[in-house]
Amino acid sequence: MTCLETIQAYALRSIGIGERLLPRSDFTLCQQFTLIGSGVIWNIYFALFALILGFALSVSVGLARNANSALIRKPADWFVFVFRGSPLFIQFFLFYEAFTLLPKQGIELNLGFVEITAGTRWLTRAWAGALIVLFLNTSAYAGEIFYGALRSIPKGDLEAADAYGFSGWKKFRKITFPTMLRLGWPAYTNESIFLFHATTLVYFSSFPAWQQKGDALYYASYFADKTFNPFIPYPILAGYFILLTLAIIWVYGLIYRHLNRHLPQASRPRLRARPQLVR
Amino acid sequence: MFAYCADPQSLEGLAWLSCYLTTGKHLLFYQSFAFIVALLLVTAPLALGVGFMGALATRSQFAPLRWIGTVYTSIVRGVPDIAFFLFMPLAIDQGLEWMRHKMRCPDWDEPIRQGSDFVVCASAKLPLSSSPQWVHEYYGVVLGMSAFAFVFGAFAAYVLAGAMNAVPRAQMETAEAYGMTRRQATWRILVPQMWVYALPGLSNLWMILIKATPLLFILGIEDVVYWARELGGRKTSAFDFPHPDWRLWYFLALLVFYLALTKVSEIGFSRLARRMSRGQATAAGVKEARA
Repeated sequence: MTCLETIQAYALRSIGIGERLLPRSDFTLCQQFTLIGSGVIWNIYFALFALILGFALSVSVGLARNANSALIRKPADWFVFVFRGSPLFIQFFLFYEAFTLLPKQGIELNLGFVEITAGTRWLTRAWAGALIVLFLNTSAYAGEIFYGALRSIPKGDLEAADAYGFSGWKKFRKITFPTMLRLGWPAYTNESIFLFHATTLVYFSSFPAWQQKGDALYYASYFADKTFNPFIPYPILAGYFILLTLAIIWVYGLIYRHLNRHLPQASRPRLRARPQLVR
Repeated sequence: MFAYCADPQSLEGLAWLSCYLTTGKHLLFYQSFAFIVALLLVTAPLALGVGFMGALATRSQFAPLRWIGTVYTSIVRGVPDIAFFLFMPLAIDQGLEWMRHKMRCPDWDEPIRQGSDFVVCASAKLPLSSSPQWVHEYYGVVLGMSAFAFVFGAFAAYVLAGAMNAVPRAQMETAEAYGMTRRQATWRILVPQMWVYALPGLSNLWMILIKATPLLFILGIEDVVYWARELGGRKTSAFDFPHPDWRLWYFLALLVFYLALTKVSEIGFSRLARRMSRGQATAAGVKEARA
């Protein structure tokens, strides 16, 4: 098999397109590069959707933690405490067990005029179940970041907004939200990188890799188990992840520049390419 | 454990539960919690030591050492830690066996990698096949711990290097003005002062370390996650204590354990931060002095 044929057979293997059987012997470098790269699709899928969905929830959590009413504040506090205080690995197991306990035939929803059967099988699949866990997890971490950013908005900015007659939604939309985003952005970049790395946990917790469709680490450990040589698959995996981490830093840097576009050139803060450790 | 547990079939209610929760396997389960705490207490100083050396390496005047320090900290942060937990134990194991093989069996002529096998001579094997049972059991744990020390050492190196840079420049300049050598200034001025700047990062790191401990399960070590799955699974009437699938409750217990552990650590670190800012030229230190 030439390398081109290998790529044709395995490049989309992780989403079920191409050769059904994984290579079993005489592993080539090309096979390892292709299959591990194919697994990266899942890492990107999990990270992308968890971050997009999580952004809305994390901003809400940040705002809720800053609310005056204890009725809104307390649930947000507890949400952040539970998801930040416990290991993601345990959360995966817990949610998987909870999802498997749901009735197999689905839940009957009686809406008065019509009955709907909500299926629950898909929740035990990684693409949905693990995504939910990652979504909740990143929302808690990012919510804490945005809460901190919200608290450190300069008082003068808010007073100036009041002086200009901004209030309510308009003040939030024009002053509070952009400033919060700007202040929290470096830490949020770091959190996104951590989340992207955390996606490798999915197939090592309970969620089964159905028909051997797994993520990058799943295939890397497959090769390491079969060849008993960790020195080839794991560095390949590391290469993919370093490239994608740099890509994340680049994209977030562009957004950061956009967020700070109103500042004079010289005083624009630069997103540090060496993210701090905050998670 | 209790005398009335002899016949589980006849038990009901609380008596059943008290017997169920004190079976031999459950006692092993409780031990694994203590194991987690012990592991944390051993790994944290180890990682701190590795990190301290890494941080000193990144400040070294000898360029290759500086490069090693920088590459080490940046690679570990760019790659998922789980990959390292899978990679390191295997890599260390094979590396050690390869070195022992080269030393002990120099006249061995077969290649070490034969297809998908890693073959070294019998006297180079780790652990030796003649060594007692406990060596075999703890070898994996030690390998896992060194993986933790490697990954968290890089994180700690990053935190400590930042803390060293945060010590006011004037302090080092004063040391130079007093005629201290670079080494003296580092050990007498820089190192004692850096901790208060490092503390927020290190407390963060401790939290991450706590939350990484269940990953030992991936390495095949019988830790809390292993026992939760084992004990929680459905038990048919063939067992002494039959019950349906209770894994959800077991994992809930693990969740509560970890929440308690992180909460206690958080309180401990905030006390330590107050204690350590005493007498320091920082805002918190000034506030402490006034109070």
